[in-house]
Amino acid sequence: MTDAIDLDPFARFRKVTRARIGLRRAGDALPTRAVLDFQLAHARARDAVHGHVDFAGLAARLQPLPVLRLASRARDRSTYLARPDLGRRVAEADLAALPPPSGCDVAFVIADGLSAAAIERQAEPVLRAALRRLGDLVIGPVILGEQARVAFGDEAGAAVGARVVVVLIGERPGLSVPDSLGVYITYDPRVGRRDSERNCISNCHADGLSAEAAADKIAWLVRAALERGLTGVELKDETTTAPVLAAPASE
Amino acid sequence: MTGYSINLGREHHVFADLKAVMAAATPEKSGDRLAGIAAETNERRVAARYVLADVPLKTFLEEPLVPYEIDEVTRLIIDTHDAAAFAPVSHMTVGQFRDFLLSHDADTSTLSALAPGLTPEMVAAVSKIMRNHDLIAVAAKTRVVTAFRTTIGLPGRLSSRLQPNHPTDDPEGIAGSTLDGLLYGIGDAVIGINPASDNLDTCVKLMVLLDRLRQRFDIPMQSCVLTHVTTSIKAIEKGAPLDLVFQSIAGTEAANRGFGVDLKLLNEGREAGLSLKRGTVGDNVMYLETGQGSALSADAHHGVDEQTLEARAYGVARSLKPLLLNTVVGFIGPEYLYDAKQIIRAGLEDHFCGKLLGVPMGVDVCYTNHAEADQDDMDSLMFLLAMAGVNFLIAVPGADDVMLNYQSLSYHDIVSLRGITGRPPAPEFDGWLRRMGLTDTHGQLATPGQIGAKARALLDYRASA
Repeated sequence: MTDAIDLDPFARFRKVTRARIGLRRAGDALPTRAVLDFQLAHARARDAVHGHVDFAGLAARLQPLPVLRLASRARDRSTYLARPDLGRRVAEADLAALPPPSGCDVAFVIADGLSAAAIERQAEPVLRAALRRLGDLVIGPVILGEQARVAFGDEAGAAVGARVVVVLIGERPGLSVPDSLGVYITYDPRVGRRDSERNCISNCHADGLSAEAAADKIAWLVRAALERGLTGVELKDETTTAPVLAAPASE
Repeated sequence: MTGYSINLGREHHVFADLKAVMAAATPEKSGDRLAGIAAETNERRVAARYVLADVPLKTFLEEPLVPYEIDEVTRLIIDTHDAAAFAPVSHMTVGQFRDFLLSHDADTSTLSALAPGLTPEMVAAVSKIMRNHDLIAVAAKTRVVTAFRTTIGLPGRLSSRLQPNHPTDDPEGIAGSTLDGLLYGIGDAVIGINPASDNLDTCVKLMVLLDRLRQRFDIPMQSCVLTHVTTSIKAIEKGAPLDLVFQSIAGTEAANRGFGVDLKLLNEGREAGLSLKRGTVGDNVMYLETGQGSALSADAHHGVDEQTLEARAYGVARSLKPLLLNTVVGFIGPEYLYDAKQIIRAGLEDHFCGKLLGVPMGVDVCYTNHAEADQDDMDSLMFLLAMAGVNFLIAVPGADDVMLNYQSLSYHDIVSLRGITGRPPAPEFDGWLRRMGLTDTHGQLATPGQIGAKARALLDYRASA
């Protein structure tokens, strides 16, 4: 038995798991450092959930792309968290103010979801990388959805007459990753679409799927959706990439 | 009777039917608001409790909240009701039943004999007029003992599930979290993995991994890969070393269909588990999970409040004679239980209702990052549940589940609870910890410096070896 093992018998596991193992004890409790590390991670996750996306700044950065800002029917964060039904719908006033749908192949929605940090860090690179791959298609305005859930994209996409809607949304933060972006792709978006009618790409973040890799998948799925006229369980992602960590947790 | 009403001063409160009374009487839950069935005012909530307190227990046999004709869970509850066991309380109202439960006449053996005579709806109803104190005081008198390779629920014991989840089901990663937990004396209820993949081969590999560990160190334990019951049945057909058959269940036929199960399939799963005869000290072969809000989430709630539906899930559970059942109380999210107050209340309700119905209750004391809760709140709930005599609690390394992205209790929390409340693990597992030199003669954990050769061998274990 070497001294190294006595110092940290769990060292050999740390390269294969992020689990908080081998933390040692203060009496029966967690040592100070472990308690504070946990609190920091939780604080970051909470800040991601309750943070505000600077949608005005994002709209300015996206210029000259046409941008539409739409709010959901959840007026604030606590309503959003308690009433998922309201976060799935576009505010009536915002809908009424829209021009008649002009039609497009694909519209992108950037929705805050459960992580403002994910939108601030991942949304723009993923959007730009996807647009670069879809230059031959008719692209609708980029819709910025505030207090919005995945199904918000159904009503928003229908409002602009999109054949396919791609929703980029902040996933529910974990302690290890507070800024993961999820992508949901839905053919023929309209209110009432079921989750089984969407394709999902999850875990877009610095230690997960890169913006370029996510964009490859988005482009493949959008083209396949337009070609076959559907998304969801009937449409399997046939692009090949390394296995991705964790399950989607946006909803 | 179709009308339920009461005059409170100048206000006349009318409730359309029994399920409306039940929903309005329920302590505030975001899920009942989302369903549109919560009391609109605080006064109305208490008015409903006055009304409920005067409802005879028998009414719940005569007026099913979910119709008998359309729901097999209702049929199971009504058809298996034990009238003889019910007789001692059959004349009581809900309010009288509460007073009886709290009385010294209602001791452990009385409550055990009563369990088959109670329906989930009766138990849910009485819980709605009970304070947290009452839920703890009565639950502490109940006893539900089950066994497989360890015996769980014995008086003065506190068991735990070791949950070594990994985002890609990496065997070495899972081994690391498992060995860490064993050093803390965790895992006497079960070592249970939530697999990231439902793939049959992956699940079988994980079963083999834990079974080899068990045999290598002669650990009195049971393992479980928490996959769908159909996958477990297939694994059994392939000859996998499966100890417990897992399934998430809910309180209505439609919600269970949303989980891809019905009563027939659940019984097939149990039969398949029993056929292996792997238990040494008992033959409880099922592990079940539930949680308030799951029926609403599946749009299968029939206008019934989420806490009553949760109790109905225990009605399903007790017919399956599980080794373990836990509510995943804070996992389902703030749209069902908004904050720590609601999570703590729900945890105590679930534990009380399950125990009174004769279900071996555990709790995943937990929360997600979008709920208004933190580890201080989990500390409160775990101590309350220990006082209430919970059979087992779930623990993950450092309270952080890196696969499911939520927070539960840490291994340390279980050790501390056991020390403070003087509740050791299940006797078979406790003996093993001592034989391995992991605990001393007082049951205290050995310090790293004191760890002997046997425990060191555990630390050197390799999943791939």
